[in-house]
Amino acid sequence: MDRVSIVVSHGSLEGVYPALIMANGARMEGIEASLFFTFFGLEPIIERRMDRLQVATVGNPAMHVPTLIGMLPGFQTLATSMMKKEMEKLDIPPVREFLQMIHDTGAEIYACKASVDMFHFKKQDFWSGVDDIISVGEFYEKAGDGQIIFT
Amino acid sequence: MDTLEILGKHLAVDKDGNLVNRSDWNEEIARAIAAQEGIAELTDRHWAVIRAMQKAFDRDGDAPSIRRLTNESGVDVKTLYQLFPKGPAKKAAKIAGLPKPKGCI
Repeated sequence: MDRVSIVVSHGSLEGVYPALIMANGARMEGIEASLFFTFFGLEPIIERRMDRLQVATVGNPAMHVPTLIGMLPGFQTLATSMMKKEMEKLDIPPVREFLQMIHDTGAEIYACKASVDMFHFKKQDFWSGVDDIISVGEFYEKAGDGQIIFT
Repeated sequence: MDTLEILGKHLAVDKDGNLVNRSDWNEEIARAIAAQEGIAELTDRHWAVIRAMQKAFDRDGDAPSIRRLTNESGVDVKTLYQLFPKGPAKKAAKIAGLPKPKGCI
């Protein structure tokens, strides 16, 4: 495999990390990689939000926490900080550092134009590592004959 | 077991093509493996990464993957990809005579 284009459509911590790990892992194997952030997946590349992503504790059966407990004030913050601690042990960096690292490997980082317009974001709302805001057509063009993974 | 011919010797390698016996490794072998991997010359910076990798492996029993390698070697991610194109952790481990790093990050 020569090239992989990974779409990120979720804005929770657990929704974002798999894509980041896969993009970085692709580069480690010598595979070209790009990330395309769309819909709520824009959260991790919005400058003022990227350091505040949280784990979803409600509506997530795999958390094994009853919904009524998952919605208690502070519970989501607690679950998030616990997960971040576990990830740090595995050498998984925080979102900002991870994105910078992925960008430094030569992977490209794009925001989806339709989502940017829908949420009324401006170029200056984005983290500085974002290479461009592109349409879905341009995304396919860049993906070329490579694999596309939707997360 | 597979073998790899380097400098006229047949050395045992694992399924990734990395040396099985560290005792087979020396700087001359490292240069030959690097050449096979498309790295024409090993500079001081390459050697710093290779040495850091061996040191970490001897301590932890696993070759460091990319994030730990930047911390261990003091060489940043961008430079690592320039020194060892197409997968620095994997390539540096091979040149260092170590198994491929097991880490995901």
